[in-house]
Amino acid sequence: MKTNKLNEQAEGDDMTSAETAGGSGPDKAAPLLEVRDLQVEFKVRDNVTKAVNGVSYSVDAGETLAVLGESGSGKSVTAQAIMGILDSPPGRISGGEIYFQGQEILSMPENERRRLRGAKMAMIFQDALSSLNPVLSVGFQLGEMFRAHRGMSRKDAKAKAIELMDRVRIPAAKQRVGDYPHEFSGGMRQRIMIAMALALEPDLIIADEPTTALDVTVQAQVMDLLAELQREYNMGLILITHDLGVVADVADKIAVMYAGRIVETAPVHEIYKRPAHPYTEGLLASIPRLDQKGQELYAIKGLPPNLQNIPSGCAFNPRCARAEDVCRTDIPVLSQVTERDGTELVGRGSACHFWKETIHG
Amino acid sequence: MADIEKKPVDATPNVTEVAKTEASTETAAVNAIEEPAAQGEPIIQVRNLVKHFPLTQGILFKKQVGAVKAVDGISFDLYAGETLGIVGESGCGKSTVAKLLMLLEQATAGEIFYKGQDITKLSGRALKAVRRNIQMVFQDPYTSLNPRMTVGDIIGEPFDIHPEVAPKGDRRRRVQELLDVVGLNPEYINRYPHQFSGGQRQRIGIARGLALNPEIIICDEPVSALDVSVQAQVINLMEKLQDEFNLSYLFIAHDLSIVRHISDRVGVMYLGKMAEIGTDAQIYEHPTHPYTQALLSAVPVPDPEAREGRERIILSGDVPSPANPPSGCRFRTRCWKAQDKCATEVPLLAVPERFKASKTPAAHESACHFAEEKDVVHAAS
Repeated sequence: MKTNKLNEQAEGDDMTSAETAGGSGPDKAAPLLEVRDLQVEFKVRDNVTKAVNGVSYSVDAGETLAVLGESGSGKSVTAQAIMGILDSPPGRISGGEIYFQGQEILSMPENERRRLRGAKMAMIFQDALSSLNPVLSVGFQLGEMFRAHRGMSRKDAKAKAIELMDRVRIPAAKQRVGDYPHEFSGGMRQRIMIAMALALEPDLIIADEPTTALDVTVQAQVMDLLAELQREYNMGLILITHDLGVVADVADKIAVMYAGRIVETAPVHEIYKRPAHPYTEGLLASIPRLDQKGQELYAIKGLPPNLQNIPSGCAFNPRCARAEDVCRTDIPVLSQVTERDGTELVGRGSACHFWKETIHG
Repeated sequence: MADIEKKPVDATPNVTEVAKTEASTETAAVNAIEEPAAQGEPIIQVRNLVKHFPLTQGILFKKQVGAVKAVDGISFDLYAGETLGIVGESGCGKSTVAKLLMLLEQATAGEIFYKGQDITKLSGRALKAVRRNIQMVFQDPYTSLNPRMTVGDIIGEPFDIHPEVAPKGDRRRRVQELLDVVGLNPEYINRYPHQFSGGQRQRIGIARGLALNPEIIICDEPVSALDVSVQAQVINLMEKLQDEFNLSYLFIAHDLSIVRHISDRVGVMYLGKMAEIGTDAQIYEHPTHPYTQALLSAVPVPDPEAREGRERIILSGDVPSPANPPSGCRFRTRCWKAQDKCATEVPLLAVPERFKASKTPAAHESACHFAEEKDVVHAAS
C-alpha cells in the first residue's frame, strides 16, 4: 500500500475537492470522473492475477483521456470497473475508489449504479458485430435505451432511434431502422454503437478500442464523428487504445499503462516529443513511420509480463535498457516530471527511477 | 460455372512479356524449378489473374445467380530477393491473391508463372517441387498452429511430405536449428503452442515456413495480431531472414506504415483490382491514384505536429460489394474526381500518359483516368 499513498500525492490537488464532496450528491466542481488507486484482481482456483495495481486518473467534462497499453496492461479492466460491468467472480475490486461527479460509485447499491449506466456513463465496445444482438433489429436495440430508461412507448422510441441514426450519419435511416446488424457494414455498425452510447446524452463515454476492427479509411470517419459529437455534447471521453497514431489525433492527455500500472501521464503533444519513461520511449521507436523509410526498427526486447508473476520492483525492468539494481527492488512511483531547471511540467508524471535521464538524455 | 465471364478483364498491356519455359517432360519441368532464381529477375509473374466465387441459389438444383469478384484481373511481377507489399482494405482480394499463389484456390482465369512455367497447369512431381519453394506464414498464430502437436512436430511436419530435404534421422537436429534461427530456445522442441506468447508463436509459424528452404514466402498479415512492442521484433526477424536465406516476400497487410518499412515495391488493391503499383518511394511520396492518396492520408501518424499540416481526405461511404462492383472505375463511387468517363471506361493499370515522358517518380503504373501527383504523407510547409 506504500505506492498507493505516493500515487495520491502525485495526483496533486485535484483530489481535495472530491474529498470534501465525498458521497453527498453530484458536485460540479469535482472532476467528472476520478479513479483513485484502483486495484482489480482475478481469482481462478488458487491463482490470483493482479490485472490492475493502483491506477489513478481523472477526466473533466469535454476532455479526452487516452489510455494506452498493450494487451494485458489492465486498460480495459479499469474501464469495466468504472462501468461496473466487471465479471465477478472471478474479478474483484480489491481496493481504491471511483468518484463520478463527486460521488463515490463503488459503494453504491447496484440499483443506483444501474441508473447511472447508459444514462450518465456509456461505453462503446471494440467489436460491434458481437456487441449487437443479431436477432433484434437495430432500431429496436436503439429504442430499448429509451424504453428502459425513459419509459417511452415503442412508437416514440422508434422515432428517437431514427433520429439517432441520422445523427451518426447513417444514410436512409428511416428505411434502415428495421434492418438487422448483419445487414450493415463494419463502419456503420460501429456508428450504431456510438449512437447507442449517445442515446441518453451521457456525461462520460468510455470507448474501448472503437476503431481497431475497422479499415483505415473508415477508421478516420468514425474517429472524426466521435470527436465531433464529444465537442457538441461536451462529454468526457476515455479512449482506450493500443494505437499511438489514433491517440495523437483526438486526445488531450495520455496515460500509458504497463502491467496494471500507469507508467507515464502527459499532455498529448509532449509525449511524442519527449517521453519520460523508457517503455513509452521504446514504443515510439518501435513503430514504423509512414512518412519516412527507416532503418532497422528498434524492438523492445522480451515479452510483456505474466500477470500472475509480475517482476519485482519496476515491472518493466527485465525489458528495460536503463534498468539498475534499484529497479529490481523498489517499485517506482508516478512522480512529477520537471524541466532541467526544476520547473514543473504541467500534467506530466513518470513512474521510472531514471525519468530524468530518459527525458533529458 | 457457366455465367462466369471468361474474358480477360482489362488486360494490362504494359507488363513485360513472360519468358516461358517449355518443358517437354516432367523431369525437365522439375529441373527448371529446382534451378535457383537469378537475383533481380522476376521469379513470379502473375498475368490477368481472376478468381470469382459463384453465388448460388436453390438447394437441389443449384443455379448460379452471380459471382463475388474477389480478384478480377490483376498482373504483377515478384522479383527474386525483393519484398512486394500488397495493401488494401478488407474485402479487396489481397488474401485471395495469397491463396491463389499458394494454389490453395483454383484460379477462374489467368496465369501464374513461376520461373517461366504456368503453375496453375502443373501436376505431379513438378507441382510438388513448386509447392516446396513457395511457403506461407499466416495471420493468426493462435489458430494456425495445431494445439495438440508439439513445436517439433509442427515445424517438422513439412519434412514428412518432402523427405528429401531432411532425412529421417536428421530431422530433430534440423528443427532445433530452425528454432535457433527464429530466435527461440532449441530446448523448447517438446513444448506445445499454448506455452508460448503470441510473438513466439508467430516465430514458430515462420520456422515452419522456412523448414523446406523455400525461395518465396507469402506472408498474409503476419504481424497484425501482435502487440506493438512485439511487432517490431518479428519484423526485424523477417528482414534478417530475408538477407540470410535470400528469400522473396509477398507481404500482405493493411497497415501501410509496416508495409512501407519492409517493402521494396508496393501494390495497392481496391475491389479485386490493382489500383497502383510502384516502388515504396513512388507510392508513398508520389501517389497518383486518388484511392492511394485517401488511404495514405487516413493513416494516423504518431506525431501531432507532423499531422497538423497534412491534408486529410476523408472518403464518404463504404467499399461497395465485390458481388456487384460499380461499372467503369471501381473507385468512382467514393472518388472526388469522378466524371462521366469513369462510369463507362475501365481505367487500365499503366503509366499515365502525362507522366510517360518525364523521368519523375510520378511515372509509375496507376489505374486512373485523371492521375495526378499529390503528397499526402508529409506536412505542407
